[in-house]
Amino acid sequence: MKSTREPGHLLVVDDNQVNRILLARGLEGDGHKVETAENGKQALEKLRSESFDLVLLDIEMPEMDGYEVLETCLQDAELREIPIIMTSSLDEINSVVKCVELGAEDYLNKPVNPILLRARVNASLEKKRLRDEQRKLFRTFATKEVADELIRSGFSLGGKYVHASVMFADIRSYTTFTEKEDPVEIIDLLNNYFALMFDAIVSYHGTINQMAGDGFMAIFGAPIHREDHREQSVRAALEMIKLVKGFNIQQAAQNKVQIKIGIGIASGRVIAGYTGSQHRATYTCVGDTVNLASRIESHTKVADHPILIDQYTRENLPTDIEVEALGPILFKGKQQAINTFVVKPK
Amino acid sequence: MPLIDKSTFEELKQMSGADFINELIDAFLDDGPHMLTQMETALINKDGVSFRRNAHSLKSNANTFGATELGALAKELELMGRENNLEIGDRLEVLKGSFEKVAEELKGMRS
Repeated sequence: MKSTREPGHLLVVDDNQVNRILLARGLEGDGHKVETAENGKQALEKLRSESFDLVLLDIEMPEMDGYEVLETCLQDAELREIPIIMTSSLDEINSVVKCVELGAEDYLNKPVNPILLRARVNASLEKKRLRDEQRKLFRTFATKEVADELIRSGFSLGGKYVHASVMFADIRSYTTFTEKEDPVEIIDLLNNYFALMFDAIVSYHGTINQMAGDGFMAIFGAPIHREDHREQSVRAALEMIKLVKGFNIQQAAQNKVQIKIGIGIASGRVIAGYTGSQHRATYTCVGDTVNLASRIESHTKVADHPILIDQYTRENLPTDIEVEALGPILFKGKQQAINTFVVKPK
Repeated sequence: MPLIDKSTFEELKQMSGADFINELIDAFLDDGPHMLTQMETALINKDGVSFRRNAHSLKSNANTFGATELGALAKELELMGRENNLEIGDRLEVLKGSFEKVAEELKGMRS
């Protein structure tokens, strides 16, 4: 019986040659590409030099046993995502339970039943494929840590208060040299622009959680808390301005549309959580801080400065970031004037 | 008790045919004497861990081929090794004898 599924790249780890042959040939017969290792040390070397979809791991081995390999993999950000199926004889059931509790994906008893082997391996590969797809999707909008956290936490839809920095960014103006706007060129511009901005945000540990037209909202310090979310958000903003500057130079060289952007940041307590349904959910942040960030961003046009931040974001910023007070501003919908600051691009 | 349980062996053979079973039998014939030697050495060195580990591998291989008796003998020694009890009397000799018989039988079962 041949599998109709996509083949995987598998690593069989066992100190016993008979078991290695048995497992490897069985899996190769199923269309998978199989490599073998004789002990834990060899296994880790292979895992670190090539990419595998699944590991079948013996517990009892010389040099480095299955526990150590499992624990090392689970603590390694790169190897953590590879599913591990423990293989053991029936009388090692206690050890197997320990491994599954530690984080092994599944287990198989030796001598291995070929039908069970195929079923467990294919199920694990399928699960990994789904997780990889999800992660790829999230990676567009968030860092690897956040994507991993989202998958681990399983999107519980409950909300909570978090301390975070909220950024709003928008294209303030388009400068064209020609009279007519070419729709193809505008969409092309937006795609290039978003790619640059998302790159800047993700590299400073932010997550993009809303997009509307040519504007978007990003959050720093949530879903995974970071103490330095204020600094990270401001550094991301500076990077964005720098990238737009470079982008405009390229656009000008091609006689294409150039842009000006505005960025507003406010920090403080926000209510964060997943909203939507089980099928379609987004990570949302609401609250005064979010409203304030949006108001501050609108004000960049009036103030004619590309980056404006509130008082709380300004506190604690390292001295290499140049900041100038703009004074208290009474934003629409606010009772009190807010001390607002200009961040000077380098 | 038969030396080799025919249904277990047939199941193994069916998994992927003649080439495969010969490769497995060869691996068993190659590794078995090595495991037995390691157990002897472990006994001399009073190395319970190595003794247990080799008994464990031999047991595992015996069970794979359906060599029930050999498997049971190896398991008995594995358990003694686990308890670090290396006062095993003639059990290793009995195990060796059983292995020789199983090895002869398996040679004849190559396809």
